[in-house]
Amino acid sequence: MNVMTPAEAEAEVARTVKQRDGEKFQTIRTPDAQPRQIRVKAEDVNVFYGQKQALFNVSIDIPEKAVTAFIGPSGCGKSTFLRCINRMNDTIDGARVDGLIALDGEDLYDPKLDVVELRARIGMVFQKPNPFPKTIFENVAYGPRIHGLARSKSELEEIVVTSLKKASLFEEVKDRLYEVGTGLSGGQQQRLCIARAIAVSPEVILMDEPCSALDPIATAKVEELIDELRENYTIVIVTHSMQQAARVSQRTAFFHLGVLVEEGPTDMVFTSPKEKRTQDYITGRFG
Amino acid sequence: MATTDTLRPMGHSEPKDERLARIQKSLRRRRSAETRFRIYGMSAVAIACGFVLFLFGSIMHDGLPAFWQPALQVKVTFSPDVVKVAPKPEQAPGQSPAEFQRASLDWQREVTMVNWNRVIQDAVQAAAPDVKLTPRDVQAVVSPNQRFKLRDMFVENPGLLGQTVDVSLLASANADVWLKGNIDHSLGDDRQQLSGAARQLIDRLYENGTIKMVFSTVLFTNADSRGASAEAGLLGAFIGSLYMMIIVIVLAVPIGVASAIYLEEYAPKNKLTDLIEVNINNLAAVPSIVFGLLGAAVFINYFRLPLSAPLAGGLVLTLMTLPTIIIATRNSLKAVSPSIRQAALGLGASKTQMVFHHVLPITYPGIMTATIIGVAQALGETAPLLLIGMNAFVATVPTTPLDQATALPVQIFLWEGNENRNFFEPRTAAAIIILLVVMLLLNAVAIYLRSRFERRQ
Ligand SMILES: Nc1ncnc2c1ncn2[C@@H]1O[C@H](COP(=O)(O)OP(=O)(O)O)[C@@H](O)[C@H]1O
Ligand SMILES: [Mg+2]
Repeated sequence: MNVMTPAEAEAEVARTVKQRDGEKFQTIRTPDAQPRQIRVKAEDVNVFYGQKQALFNVSIDIPEKAVTAFIGPSGCGKSTFLRCINRMNDTIDGARVDGLIALDGEDLYDPKLDVVELRARIGMVFQKPNPFPKTIFENVAYGPRIHGLARSKSELEEIVVTSLKKASLFEEVKDRLYEVGTGLSGGQQQRLCIARAIAVSPEVILMDEPCSALDPIATAKVEELIDELRENYTIVIVTHSMQQAARVSQRTAFFHLGVLVEEGPTDMVFTSPKEKRTQDYITGRFG
Repeated sequence: MATTDTLRPMGHSEPKDERLARIQKSLRRRRSAETRFRIYGMSAVAIACGFVLFLFGSIMHDGLPAFWQPALQVKVTFSPDVVKVAPKPEQAPGQSPAEFQRASLDWQREVTMVNWNRVIQDAVQAAAPDVKLTPRDVQAVVSPNQRFKLRDMFVENPGLLGQTVDVSLLASANADVWLKGNIDHSLGDDRQQLSGAARQLIDRLYENGTIKMVFSTVLFTNADSRGASAEAGLLGAFIGSLYMMIIVIVLAVPIGVASAIYLEEYAPKNKLTDLIEVNINNLAAVPSIVFGLLGAAVFINYFRLPLSAPLAGGLVLTLMTLPTIIIATRNSLKAVSPSIRQAALGLGASKTQMVFHHVLPITYPGIMTATIIGVAQALGETAPLLLIGMNAFVATVPTTPLDQATALPVQIFLWEGNENRNFFEPRTAAAIIILLVVMLLLNAVAIYLRSRFERRQ
């Protein structure tokens, strides 16, 4: 440990600075120039699928009330990292996560932590719309029901209606709340999934390419919705479309081959990236 | 750039019409391959359909006539000269119930002792006044247990004494065989089962309309019978099968589904569970008679369950059906899209909530189908039941699952081996038709339930 490479030395310095500055470091700047509280913090996260390593030493801070976008070529580990945040990787056989991920300073991989409670605090929207084959009402009511969030039937109904409204779906489905959710169009299904996630009032919402299965009009609606949700939630979105990242996010993280190459305010990453690889990706050289 | 060369379409230097000719040639080849394949497929289907049609045709041809059997429509006179019994006892004012019961039984015994064969003979004589009848001929023509029918009528209603009523008496099995031409009419007397006089009597009664073909309700209301083959029915075997089906459904479905859920959703993937999985798959292929041996060893010898009881049979069939249900349930659990699981887990559902709220409901149609296939398979199973004594001759309808009974397929097996082949061959075919109808009904129920469950989702 006596000899350090320059990179290691730099990392060592950064770590000490972080430790020393403590509280001060807990905020981050977004393009609207407001300092934001950090909600999710990852440090040196490595993920393995069996023998294969999928993520290498990823460290990132995710601020509240903003949209953080993960971009990068397919297979670079965006989804893998997203799944680390609500421990969905636990459900994959052979997946192993090490490093530190914390929500409001609380270690998410603490063995004493209840995963079920964690997932009520960190909601997830998946790439392919996956409503339950039940009624629209049941889809949205399911989360609050299992977590015991509503004390009465009317309270539950209120939660369902509010969530559908927040997901801008209520007007379209108010006459058919008791029809199956799988009968909706793709875009409506995805907004239903968002409503379902919102219904448990999570603090963070993770979205894994939520628009990749949608047509442009549905995509626009979902993007608009994400922008509205930003007011109240911490949102992390994986997208393969750089335009989408530019449209909806305040911060962008670029992943390549399992490494977090660069991360910063979205306009900075897109206009003046620090790394050559980011530059190449954004200008369409690869990916 | 260097890459542009390799991006050019292959064979770009070839003249256009040569290319077209090559494409057309390959197209012809593909089309003829397709036609050939379609012909193979269609002939395979045609052969299979041919066999099925032949099978059904021959069973229908043999079995349908057995649903009708000859009966003598005669006027029976309860003549006081023959029916010599005291009046039916009545409950006297000072009599205790026990005494009254004893008196009633004594009276019934007396009624049974009446020469009912004589009553029948008189009735037949009335239908054919000019023939000189012997008791033997009459008894060869009328099914033996019909005398109990008259007795029961009289016990039920003693007021019949001295009256004449219309009664339908089933003809004997041999009469049935003779009338349906199931025995060669030109055979000599020594090779006929009925005497010449009895055959003439039958022909005579048939011509004058006394003997009519009636729908064979005894097939559905009686248990097996040796003494009176014409009155042998399937009810006993049917109830036996019903009890076993109920036992299979009650035991195999919950145990099978629970094991499948545990193995598929909860069990860790290791050597032990792999071994269990392989063994379950192998169990499904174990010959059913082996399950019978196991059942005989475990349920009969060790647990001392009664022989020939539907309970033991049902347990054996449960063991046999379990692998089918486990495998089918696991397959339908596997087929549930992972996105539903992710959705549930992502919302914070626990594993058990995920399985029971979301995964299992989707698999209901699959489990239902598996259950009905398993039950139908169990319903049609004969071999293992033979080993636990369910091939015994049982002339009563079982009232509990602990009574002696047979099962429908075993009854078919027993009838097929009956020495009165001319009579029992068509009856066997009729029993097969009934078994097939039960199977078809089960399948119809499966399809109905399946479509209902699917519509609900
Ligand atoms: N369930 C899994 N099992 C094994 N390897 C996986 C699994 N999921 C993803 N990977 C691997 O991890 C790497 C990152 O995948 P992923 O996170 O899905 O990429 P992205 O979402 O950026 O396209 C890929 O090389 C992929 O093959
Ligand atoms: Mg992905």
